[in-house]
Amino acid sequence: MIDDLSLRWKIPLRVMAAVLGTALAVTVAMIARERDELRQSLTSHAMSLGRVMANTLVAPVLHDDLWRAFEILQSGREPHPTAPELQASVMLVVDRDSRVYVSSRPREFPVGFDLRQSKGAYALLPKQMEGIGAREQRVFEPEHSPLFFVTSPLIADGVPLGHVVLGYSQDAFRPRFVNLVLNTAVVTLLVLLLILPVSWYAARKTGEPLLALAEAMSQVPGQLESARLADLPQNRDEIGQLGDAFRRMVGELRKKELLEDQMLVSERLAAVGRMSAGIAHEINNPLGGMLTAIKTYQRHGAGDPLANQTLSLLERGLTQIRNTVAALLVETKPQDRSFAPADIDDLLILVEAEAHARSVTVAREGVLERPLPLPATLLRQILLNLLLNAIAAADEGGRVRLGLKLDPGMLRMTVCNDGKHIPDEQLAYLFEPFYSGREKGHGLGLWVVYQIVQQLGGGLSVDSEPGCTTFRVEIPYVET
Amino acid sequence: MADIDDSHDSFTRRRWMLAAGALAAAAPIRPLRAAVQRERVFIGLTPVFLDDQVSFLERWRDWFEKRLERPVSFVQRGNYREIVDLVRQGKLDFAWLCGYPFVRYRRELRLVAAPLWRGRPYYQAYVIVTGDDRDSRSLFDLRGKVFAYSDPDSNSGYLYPQYLLVQAGENPGAFFSRSFYTWGHRKVVEAVSVGLAAGGAVDGYIWEVLNDNGSELTRGTRVISRSPLLGHPPFVARGDISQAEFDRFRRALMGMASDSEGATLLGSLRLDGFTDAQPALYDGIARMVSRVARP
Repeated sequence: MIDDLSLRWKIPLRVMAAVLGTALAVTVAMIARERDELRQSLTSHAMSLGRVMANTLVAPVLHDDLWRAFEILQSGREPHPTAPELQASVMLVVDRDSRVYVSSRPREFPVGFDLRQSKGAYALLPKQMEGIGAREQRVFEPEHSPLFFVTSPLIADGVPLGHVVLGYSQDAFRPRFVNLVLNTAVVTLLVLLLILPVSWYAARKTGEPLLALAEAMSQVPGQLESARLADLPQNRDEIGQLGDAFRRMVGELRKKELLEDQMLVSERLAAVGRMSAGIAHEINNPLGGMLTAIKTYQRHGAGDPLANQTLSLLERGLTQIRNTVAALLVETKPQDRSFAPADIDDLLILVEAEAHARSVTVAREGVLERPLPLPATLLRQILLNLLLNAIAAADEGGRVRLGLKLDPGMLRMTVCNDGKHIPDEQLAYLFEPFYSGREKGHGLGLWVVYQIVQQLGGGLSVDSEPGCTTFRVEIPYVET
Repeated sequence: MADIDDSHDSFTRRRWMLAAGALAAAAPIRPLRAAVQRERVFIGLTPVFLDDQVSFLERWRDWFEKRLERPVSFVQRGNYREIVDLVRQGKLDFAWLCGYPFVRYRRELRLVAAPLWRGRPYYQAYVIVTGDDRDSRSLFDLRGKVFAYSDPDSNSGYLYPQYLLVQAGENPGAFFSRSFYTWGHRKVVEAVSVGLAAGGAVDGYIWEVLNDNGSELTRGTRVISRSPLLGHPPFVARGDISQAEFDRFRRALMGMASDSEGATLLGSLRLDGFTDAQPALYDGIARMVSRVARP
C-alpha cells in the first residue's frame, strides 16, 4: 500500500521518518549518557559520604555511644532539595558480626538486628563486607533489587570495627531521570519543529521533477505535442538526463507519426492515381472510336441538318470527357525540350494578367542560369498550376513568391503566398483529384502537379501557417 | 587576668581579686578558672529543662544581670556530671541540678530554691514507650528490649527505672538487651519516638512541656509509668558561697514570678515560680538512692 503512494508523499514521508529516527536515536543516546553521569555522580557522592561517616563514627562506636552514632547518621540524611536522589534511603552501622549497631531506620533495622536474618538484598550484604570488603569501600548492586549499597569499613588503629552501609534507592533517581527525559524531549521537539518543515520542503522539491516527468509521460502517446512542451527539469543530474531522453523519445515519436501520416497520404494518392489511370484507359478506348465515327460521318454523310446538329453536340460532349480524362491521366511525353531560363519569364508573363486582376505582387527569388535536362512542358505545367493557385489564395493586394534553387542533381522550387492558411485536417486531402478549397476550379490542379512530380521521381510538400503557405517541389535531374 | 592559679589557696584570695575581675568581665567568653575572681556570676545549667533554646537563655541571662547587678555567664556541658563537678570545685557559683546529684552531694552544696510546676515543687519521672507499642503496661514489659536513659546522674532519666528494677529484684544491668544514654531528656523522647529504643526514662516535666508545645516527638511516645511525686530539680549553690551572694541570688529567683519580665520567662519554662525549699523535699530521691546503692 505504501509502495503505491505517490512520490509527492513518499519522498517527504521517508525523509520525515529519517529525521525522526535520527532525532530519536540522538535523544536516546543523550539520555543514556546523562543517566550514566547521574549514576556516576551519585556513586562518587555516596562513596565520599561513606568515607566521612566511617571516620566520624569510629569514636562513638569505640566509646559505645549509641545515641551519638544515631545523631551522626541523622545528620547524614539531611535532604538535598535539588538532588533528592543523593539522600540515602537507609544508613546502617553494623558490627563485625553483621549485627546492626545503629540504623537510620530503627523500626526496620533495630539495634542488634542480624543482617543475615533479613530478607532480600540486605541478606547479601554480610558477604560483601568480608574479605577485601572488610578493609575497603565497595559498591554493591544486588540483582533484581531496587537498592544499591556502598559499604565503608570502620577502622580504628588498623582494626576493623564494622561497617557503615549506605543504601540508595534506584527509585529516588527516577524523578530526576524523568525530568531529564522531559527536558531532552522538549529540546528535541523544538529542534524538530525547526527541521521538519525545512526537510519537508526540500523533500517536496526533490520529488517535483520526477512528478513533472511522470505527468508528461502520462500524456504519451495520446498528446505528444503537449508532452513535448512539458516543463521538464533542465539540470544535469539523473532526473535531468531522464528528461532529455524523454524529450528525445517524444521527438522521435512525433517524427514517426508525421511520417506515417505522409505515407498514408502518399499511398492514398497512389491508389487514386492507379484507379484514375485504369478508368482513363477504359474510357479512352471507346471514346476514341466514338469520336472517329462522328468525324467519319461528318466527312461523308453530311446532309441531314438534325443529325449534324446532334452529332456536333455529341462531339463536344465527348471532347470534354476526353479533356477531363486527359487531365486525370497525365502522361509524360518522352521527347521534350529542356527546361530553360526563358520558361520562367514566360510563366511570369502568363500569370501577370491574373495577378494584376487581384492586385497581387509576384516576386521571384533566385534565377536559373542554364537550361536543365528536364521536360520543359511538365515543369511549366507544375509552376503554372502552383502560381495560379497561389495568386488565387493570396489576400487582395498580397504577395506571391517564387523561389528557385539549384543544387547539384536537384532543382528546388518554392511557391509561397500570404493568404489564409490551410487547416491541418485539409492538408491530408489537398492533392486528391476533385478536392477544391475554393468555390471556383475543378480541383484537378494540384492532382496534376502531384502526378507530374511523381512521374519525374521528385518530392512535393506543403507547409501552411497563418500568413504563409509554401509549396515545395524537388525534382532530381541527371547532367548530360 | 592576673591570677590563673586555681589551687585551693586562691579561695582565700578571692576578695582581693574583685578589681581584677572587672577586667575579665570585658571578655565575652571567659575561661572558667576566672570564676574564682568572684565578680562575674557563673550559673551552670543541665538538661533538667529545655536548655537548648539559645534565645531564651540570652533573655534569661539579661534578666539575671539586671537583678544581680553583675555580669552573668551560663555554663552548659554535655552531661550532669561535669556541671556537678564544677560546682563542687567552686568553679560555678550556682547550678540548676537534678535532685539525684543534690542528694548525693548535699553536704557540699547549698539548696537555693525549687521551681514550682503546676503550683507545687514536685515533678514525676516517666517511663515511655514508642507510640506503636500498644501492649506494654509497665517497665517490666520492656524486658530484653532496647532502653534509653537520659543521663547516669539524672533522677528521672536513670535513678527511677533503676530503683524500680532493683525493687522488683531484677538486675538492672541485664534486664534490657541494650541500653544507652542520650545525655538529654528531649533526646530520650526522640530516641523512643523514632523507635531506636523501645522505651526510655524521661523527666515528666520535660515530657509534659514538650507535649504542651505540640511537639511531634511526644506524639510518637506513650507514658506507661509515672513515679510518685518527687522534688523538682533545684537550684543549688557551691558550699562556700558568701551569704550575701546566696541571698541576692535567692531573692532574685523568688521574686521572678512577681516581675513581668520574670513572669514571661517563667511562662516560657511553663513554671509558676521558685519557692523556698528544704532538703527534706528530696528525701524520696534519697531513699531510692540508698536502695539502688545497696540492693
